[in-house]
Amino acid sequence: MDLIFHPLTLVTFLPLVGVLIILFLREEQKTIIRWLALGISLVTFIVSLVILAQFQANNPDLQLVIRRVWIQVAGWDIAYHLGVDGLSILLVLLTTFLTPISILSTWTAVEERVKEFMIFFLLLEVGMVGVFLALDLFLFYIFWEFTLVPMYFLIGIWGGPRRMYAAIKFFLYTMAGSILMLLAILWLGIQGGTFSLPELVAQGNIPAGIQIWLFLAFAAAFAIKVPMWPLHSWLPDAHVEAPTAGSVILAGVLLKMGTYGFLRFNLALFPQAAVQLAPLMAVLAVIGILYGAAVSFPQKDVKKLVAYSSVSHLGFVMLGLFALNPQGIQGGILQMVNHGISTGALFLIVGMIYERRHTRDMDAFGGLWKIMPLYGALTLIVALSSMGLPGLNGFVGEFTILLGAWEAGRAGGSLGSYFYAGFAAIGVILAAIYMLTMFQKLFLGPLDKEENRQLKDLNWREIVTLVPMIILIFWIGLYPRPFFSLMAPAVDKLVANLSLSLAALP
Amino acid sequence: MWADRLIMLPVTIVASWAILLTLVDLYIPDDRKGITASLSALGLIIALLANWFGGGQPQTAFFGMAVADGFASFLNTIFLLSGLFGILLAYNYLHRQNIARSEYYPLMLFSISGMMLMGMAADLIMVFIALELLSIPLYVMAGFHRDRLDSEEAALKYFLLGAFAGGFVVYGIALVYGASGSTRIATILSAVESGSASPILLTLGAALILVGLGFKVAAVPFHMWTPDVYQGAPSSVTAFMAVGAKAAGFAALLRVFLVAFPTLSAQLIPLLWSLAALTMTVGNVIAIAQSNIKRLLAYSSIAHAGYILMATVTLGQSRVMVDASGAALFYLFAYLLTNFGAWAIVVLLEQQEGKGLNLQDYAGLGKKQPALAAAMTVFMLSLTGVPPTLGFLGKFYLFRAVLEGGFVGLAVIGVLTSLISAYYYLRVVDHHVHARRRTAGQPRCSGALDSRADGDCGDCPEPGCNASVSMGNSGNALRRKIKFPSEIHSTAVKVISPTAVFFC
Repeated sequence: MDLIFHPLTLVTFLPLVGVLIILFLREEQKTIIRWLALGISLVTFIVSLVILAQFQANNPDLQLVIRRVWIQVAGWDIAYHLGVDGLSILLVLLTTFLTPISILSTWTAVEERVKEFMIFFLLLEVGMVGVFLALDLFLFYIFWEFTLVPMYFLIGIWGGPRRMYAAIKFFLYTMAGSILMLLAILWLGIQGGTFSLPELVAQGNIPAGIQIWLFLAFAAAFAIKVPMWPLHSWLPDAHVEAPTAGSVILAGVLLKMGTYGFLRFNLALFPQAAVQLAPLMAVLAVIGILYGAAVSFPQKDVKKLVAYSSVSHLGFVMLGLFALNPQGIQGGILQMVNHGISTGALFLIVGMIYERRHTRDMDAFGGLWKIMPLYGALTLIVALSSMGLPGLNGFVGEFTILLGAWEAGRAGGSLGSYFYAGFAAIGVILAAIYMLTMFQKLFLGPLDKEENRQLKDLNWREIVTLVPMIILIFWIGLYPRPFFSLMAPAVDKLVANLSLSLAALP
Repeated sequence: MWADRLIMLPVTIVASWAILLTLVDLYIPDDRKGITASLSALGLIIALLANWFGGGQPQTAFFGMAVADGFASFLNTIFLLSGLFGILLAYNYLHRQNIARSEYYPLMLFSISGMMLMGMAADLIMVFIALELLSIPLYVMAGFHRDRLDSEEAALKYFLLGAFAGGFVVYGIALVYGASGSTRIATILSAVESGSASPILLTLGAALILVGLGFKVAAVPFHMWTPDVYQGAPSSVTAFMAVGAKAAGFAALLRVFLVAFPTLSAQLIPLLWSLAALTMTVGNVIAIAQSNIKRLLAYSSIAHAGYILMATVTLGQSRVMVDASGAALFYLFAYLLTNFGAWAIVVLLEQQEGKGLNLQDYAGLGKKQPALAAAMTVFMLSLTGVPPTLGFLGKFYLFRAVLEGGFVGLAVIGVLTSLISAYYYLRVVDHHVHARRRTAGQPRCSGALDSRADGDCGDCPEPGCNASVSMGNSGNALRRKIKFPSEIHSTAVKVISPTAVFFC
């Protein structure tokens, strides 16, 4: 019983209960299905708040751990092994927070095959929460790969005109990375005799030469998911074709699975390789920041612009993580949350205008502020947050990351040069350029398009989806301490482990 | 002698049941041939029970010709289950195709008894006898659609190449006998270990046996017959052949090679390695280009043979070898459930004259038959090896054994080719899930189609078929499916799909 009613089991598998109930409803009962999905995802969110209440912020270790032997073969124990610590708690909360919001955003956007949509959406939540909680490598891989299936269908069935191309591209790209990770997981299991992450970290006896290869195999999976330049080309396609709710979850949570993977597995399991490869990863991250920003600027499709801006923002996260110091990693984790909120909100905003006008071409708009003042105001806040205006959440994350990267640039730091921080800072300026250009094209200027005159401002449901995100944007921007204090002890522990390897560097 | 028979009980039951059934069938009236089908299923169930309750210590029978151990009994389960699924798939299908003749079932039983012998064989002569016993009924069954040319072609092709392969096996056995002085697997091993056997003859013999068995399991480059035979043979036969005959081939391959030739590992491993790598690569790459579902599944089955072949490269590493053959057996079981599931759906949607087998014909299945489409999706994901399906677990164990054996390169080839396979399996899913999109060159529907209930002209299989075939034959694959309120058939799917979904 304590297995089933363990809070971590509940938060992972509650959506599955919703799936089972929805299976027995008829396709025509759309309203019931929607409310049920929303209700279940809200209950899941409440359970995650309960976990937060039980979570001891000053404890650096894994908490609420549950471990049961699951599959036993030839001396191998594969365990049902879940746990949460400062690295994952915020991401679990982000997932359970974004899911109900996304479901609410589909109320009028998804009219066809509502039943299947909600089933896939809730299944996706199971996979995502599982990824952030799993501590057994095998279990982790199952959740990791499983998220592909519902997302493939979300893009492939409810997506735009080129949905099949985008869905298959998404599936193949991601799978290409993760099967290499599977081999690395198997290798670790064979060598260590266990799949348990804490045990493997404690063993910590992988020779440096092999660490590099294992690091690269794991990185293949994670870097594609993040996505890091030059492995990002699936992302714009997937985002542009995905339905709004799918984009929100894709940007908000799925990409974070990649950065979380680096944090949880690459940094913890392969510290020496992480230190050795940090400059390489940081170079890729900086290229991603600049490239994403540069490509965002000329986009005509708003959604594509937001998609490329994700490449840029995730570059910041990666730079922070591979600064390998407390500031950088804390900033990286916070920026994961920030990006989930801000970019998630941007995708919702794009979805709202698309639902009204059925186009996302920026040239088709202009002067919207005059007729949709509320929409304009909320968009402005989100856009400012995304480009890192002080006082809003993006600034806190990016500033901490840059601080970490600067710190890492000193002699004896992981990066060894100030260039990384310097070039990354240019990305902040570029973000202001493309975000403000977008805002200007949509909302300012004369209201000269006839079709736009009839547009209605946000309705109550849309306001309800956006307001929680706006609140968080201000909260993190003005008072980020509770968020940092949740992760600080766990990050310090991770960095302590890394600095041993760092000190050993020639 | 009686003890020997008891050990062989499951095989004896199936073989004698087949003989009896051939006679009994003469007294069953033509319109009640369902009885024959049910009786043959009953025989398989009895044999299955005998197999399950007869387990215990490994024991040999008939002067060491046959052995009953865990390996054999697990394989027997696979063979008997594939027979049961095969019967469930066949009955209604044969009627629908107007080729219902009740010899089908005894033939199937004979073939199954051959497969079971193959799993129990402890002597190379036994391997050969079992090989012939399982193959000859399959040649007949492949040509069961007598008035269709491609079915005849399939039978002839299968027969000629099968006989050829049989010849290789015999020649190989002769050489091995010449080298070691025995055909008994255990004696060969001791002869090899004592160094009294000529290594050149032995290697040659082993290689020839490998060629012969390679034909049976459809390993590249001995796979040429597979797509044609799989496509031409009646689908219910193909399903049976794809699982049963392949599993039997692997039974012999694992038993003979892992037990008798571990000392030849230096010579054989490069061969087996490249055979596995080639089979995975070629099977998966060519499958991409297929538009006919039967051919696609044929190439997919070639590819899967490659994955199972990976288990054999652990030859000579005694500890890993046990894991590897366990993994291969598990993979075969996963493959049994998944593959039969997929074939059940193909069988269900096939129309007269081999129509309804193109991927496009499945368009819109998700809308009209959501449960069927969901089942097919699960099967395809399981064949790809996406967690949390059974297919993933199977691959997981296999890759683990290969890595334990130290063959990282082969494992990398394995995962990369399964990435390729994701593409074509997803294409099948794609066609199931999505409504048809009309391609540019396709003629628009004519007024003649108005008579069709939903006026959805998009789901006609091919351009030009609208007026002629589909009007005459009353519609496309889905329509046909709906118009067949066949009990056995829906039972087959009802039984197979949920079990497979459950296990996968």
